[in-house]
Amino acid sequence: MTPIPAPPVLLSALTPVLVILAAGALVLLLDLVPPRDTKQHLGGLALGGFVASLLASVWFWDADLRAFRDMIALDNFALFFNLVIGYAGALVVLLSMDYVRRTGAETGEYYALVLFAGSGMMLLGSATDLIVVFLSLELMSLSLYVLAGLFKTRLDSGEASMKYFLLGAFASSFLLYGIALVYGATGSTNFDKVAAALAGKAPDGLVVVGLGLMLVGFGFKLSSVPFHMWAPDVYQGAPTTVTAFIATGSKAAAFAAVIRLLFSALRSMQPDWTVLLWGVAALTMTVGNVVAIAQSNLKRMLAYSSVAHVGYMLVGLVAGGASGAGAVLFYLLAYTFTTAGTFGVISLCGRTSGDESVDVRDYAGLARRHPLLAFVLSLFLLSLIGIPPLAGFVGKFYLFGAAVRGGYLWLVVIGVLNSAIAAYYYLRVIVYMYMREPEEAIPAGLVPSFAGGLALAISIVGIVLLGVMPAPFANLAVAAVAPLLK
Amino acid sequence: MVEYLPILMTFGAAAAVAGALLGLPYLLAPKRVTPVKAQPFECGKDPIAVSEGRFAIKFAMIAIFFILIDIELLFVWPWAALYRRLGWFGFAEMLVFLGILMLGFLYIWKKGGLEWE
Repeated sequence: MTPIPAPPVLLSALTPVLVILAAGALVLLLDLVPPRDTKQHLGGLALGGFVASLLASVWFWDADLRAFRDMIALDNFALFFNLVIGYAGALVVLLSMDYVRRTGAETGEYYALVLFAGSGMMLLGSATDLIVVFLSLELMSLSLYVLAGLFKTRLDSGEASMKYFLLGAFASSFLLYGIALVYGATGSTNFDKVAAALAGKAPDGLVVVGLGLMLVGFGFKLSSVPFHMWAPDVYQGAPTTVTAFIATGSKAAAFAAVIRLLFSALRSMQPDWTVLLWGVAALTMTVGNVVAIAQSNLKRMLAYSSVAHVGYMLVGLVAGGASGAGAVLFYLLAYTFTTAGTFGVISLCGRTSGDESVDVRDYAGLARRHPLLAFVLSLFLLSLIGIPPLAGFVGKFYLFGAAVRGGYLWLVVIGVLNSAIAAYYYLRVIVYMYMREPEEAIPAGLVPSFAGGLALAISIVGIVLLGVMPAPFANLAVAAVAPLLK
Repeated sequence: MVEYLPILMTFGAAAAVAGALLGLPYLLAPKRVTPVKAQPFECGKDPIAVSEGRFAIKFAMIAIFFILIDIELLFVWPWAALYRRLGWFGFAEMLVFLGILMLGFLYIWKKGGLEWE
């Protein structure tokens, strides 16, 4: 009858995640009681959850907590990603409030699932154990699979959900197999213990295969070539606000896990994964940009564009070190604002019946009918191209600068050539908005939404601020990767 | 391990013979598919429904609820066996776990998931 001692529990290391989870549970419960005809208050609660989590993350800045037998770390790296994901979540909730009602898909579960997905993403940034990485990845993915199929009566929404689920489950099994092999080779799933077991030895064949399989799993979540095939169909079929969340939050979270895994657990294998990522980065940039040219559906085009942007960010991982990883973090922040804003504009453009205007021809003459909206969309697209003084330019500058210093000149050449290709399909939308007359009778209209407008305003302030005075944010990003490089 | 080799060879021979018996006709025999031949055999009558039959989606819901409650027992059982040794910490942890589970239960109940019609 010897009592089993209670293990140390440090719940404060999970505060930002717990806040969001609590908000999610509360949304589920409040969904059961009146008022039943509107779910706006649940949207407000979800927004409050993300904002509270953001505040908690700011409060804990510079903390260095480890909890649950070193499975969770709340360091600046995790907190930086909490900020990125918290912003993404808040923007998505703001954009959703009117969007889901207009499209007739307003349910309490929607906000609960967004919150649960957000908590999984944040946990992914904190995970310092392969098991926690897998669990939080599943928490995020399962919520997103359901969200992608939110429009139950639309065929393409169901297709998006089904494809995302099948391919996602397949990728998860690759990841799990890689985890098993790394565990077999090193005897632990803990990042620090894996790093200690690998230090100062020639890499074991088992670990190399495990690394490859894990990169396949993460490559799917990041939609890097050759694992990007799901992205266009899912981005096109999913509700636009969900697409925005998949493009920003889930990508940031997957990058968080990859960066922590590669830079802390597998740092002794840097020569191996640098070679792999060099090829993947070059392929991802090129395929994403070249195929995007052929798209006339705006959501599909942005899907390939997001594939290309993952390629740019992988350049930062190849460059390595504090400057490379810091550049990736900065780029993710810039990319989150830009992409959430772009999809936000698309979610506001549509007919009141619920249809969305996603064809580039629908945007012809938008500048004459809604000058402000056209200007805002132009700003986002220019930031995606990388035109100064917007965030996208500074992000690319840091990424390519780090790669040049690291000696990867050819990769930078490929990246810059790709940026030039990308300008074509982004500028085409601007040309349509400003220089073409609408062909059909009912072109894209504006659906007024205060919350959506607020989200766009925040995004615009974000990309201009990041573009005009990037130094404080770049320092923040470098400070965030410091705990990994100790 | 070497003494198991004959068994493995037997398996191999069996697989080769069975594979050949199935595979050779596939390669050699003439194939003439007519609509009548392609039909499943149903006593000379035209087939009227899918052979697996249909079943209500409600069963899938019930199966999911069953798994939820069933897996929960997986945690409760060892906890109950070690209840006294775990002390107040174990009690509090189980309360949290069951509380979250009850939340889900309340949700499916109020959403009408347990109503058959």
